[in-house]
Amino acid sequence: MTTAEPLARSATGNGGEPHVSPRDVVIRGLRKEYRAGQPVLIDVNVTIAGKGLTAIIGPSGTGKSTLIRCINRLVDPTSGQILFMGRDLATLKGGELRSARRTIGMVFQEYNLVERLSVIENLLCGRLGYMPWWRVFLRRFSEADVQRAFALLEAVGLGEMATRRADALSGGQRQRVGICRAIMQNPDLILADEPTSSLDPKTSVEIMEILERLAADRDIPVVVNIHNVELAKRFADRIIGMSKGVIVFDGPPSALEDRHLIEIYGGQGWLEP
Amino acid sequence: MSIILPGAAQPPRTLREAFPANWTVRALWLGLALYVIYAAGILQITWARFIIGLDQGGKFLGRMWPPNMQAQKVQLITEGMLESLQIAVLATAFGVLLALPLGLLAARNLTPAWASWTARALIALLRTFHPVIVAILFVKAVGFGALAGVLALVVASMGFVGKLFAEAIEEISMKQVEAVRATGAGFLSVLIMGVLPQVMARFVGFIIYQLDSNLRNSTMVGIVGGGGIGATLFTAYQRFDYDVVLTILLVIIAIIMLFEVVSTRIRRVFQ
Repeated sequence: MTTAEPLARSATGNGGEPHVSPRDVVIRGLRKEYRAGQPVLIDVNVTIAGKGLTAIIGPSGTGKSTLIRCINRLVDPTSGQILFMGRDLATLKGGELRSARRTIGMVFQEYNLVERLSVIENLLCGRLGYMPWWRVFLRRFSEADVQRAFALLEAVGLGEMATRRADALSGGQRQRVGICRAIMQNPDLILADEPTSSLDPKTSVEIMEILERLAADRDIPVVVNIHNVELAKRFADRIIGMSKGVIVFDGPPSALEDRHLIEIYGGQGWLEP
Repeated sequence: MSIILPGAAQPPRTLREAFPANWTVRALWLGLALYVIYAAGILQITWARFIIGLDQGGKFLGRMWPPNMQAQKVQLITEGMLESLQIAVLATAFGVLLALPLGLLAARNLTPAWASWTARALIALLRTFHPVIVAILFVKAVGFGALAGVLALVVASMGFVGKLFAEAIEEISMKQVEAVRATGAGFLSVLIMGVLPQVMARFVGFIIYQLDSNLRNSTMVGIVGGGGIGATLFTAYQRFDYDVVLTILLVIIAIIMLFEVVSTRIRRVFQ
């Protein structure tokens, strides 16, 4: 167990980078209707690169959240394919779905920590997909997992908080715990649903920095839903703009112009002159 | 673009009522009042009858004092009381154990509709009859004694605690559950780490409440042959040993009060 830098993936040394990464998320014809005939996602086709930070921007209710929830199947798509690590996530069931999920970390807008569990227990929740329920019941997490959880907490500056209850933390601290929980999963992909929307501007930047570092250090894709265009431009390697259930922009931050923003968000009174 | 506020310049077109009269509610209250008068008339509950009753009550209280503290009676009461305690604890333990899966199944946010409705129907059935009626059934079914009392109170506990468990689970934050599910945890692991922590403190409260309730009820199942202090109490009434009755009542009061203190402490531990 090497934890020189706990945010970093243990050195595997895959130097030669192929042009198609197995961690690419290939979405084909993805459609979701919560009510029949009223699609929230309309046949989305997109390939999310298997590395770096991808930001999905767009107004509220445009299907951003539904899109990333379809990837880890917190939402079941109506039709379409989601290819990741050689599997079609859209069709997985039962045990196969759970074993796919455990390699996909998720970070939430409202942190979604189990409030009455301690911070360290919340981190160890990231290991639940790897152990039988009775070990969970007896809190018999492997020593390696426990030590790794402590090391991660130290790395994000929350070492002192390990045994405090999650509801004793501030928003920024909670979100860091949320990210650590995702890292504990040893994820091949991290999904973040509006991770900064409940935070103040300074903390938002800190959280985005952690996510950016995570993507770089562990060489995994991080997909972030975000409605703050400035943050998206500053941290993302690539931006996907959504409006009314379809993708209307897909490119590097430098290519995102006002006319795209007008198309994504509508109107233009809100843009700086 | 400015928002126009209503001012003195433009009086409202009509006077609007902030608290309009609700005639349905008024009719319901009136109906209730009329029924109370009617029922009192039918049952011949009059002031004169009440005065006679008070007079009787005074004589009864006079015959109760002082409480009977003979060694033989005290031993009898102790044995009965201990049996009642055992009935209450056993019934709570088994009742809660069975209520856990039942309440979980009945929670509509975690289980499919067919399962929750089945569990809900069962809970409703268990709650239909008063424990004394259930106790009579069990006394007839399994014979006199503590077993019948325990079974009757297990039924009562399952119904009541099961319903409370289900309601507590339905009020949890599904966001926390969703996050645990997103880690790839199986159903039982989600329950243990995502659901249980959210409801544990309330569950402990319900269990203590049910133990409290079972302590009271365990003194009663004996009246119909279900074991415990109730049998002793009933015999004392029938033999007009009102001083023994008073001793028993005082012991019950003491135990319930003592438990009140203990339960407050237990609750604090699980906060």
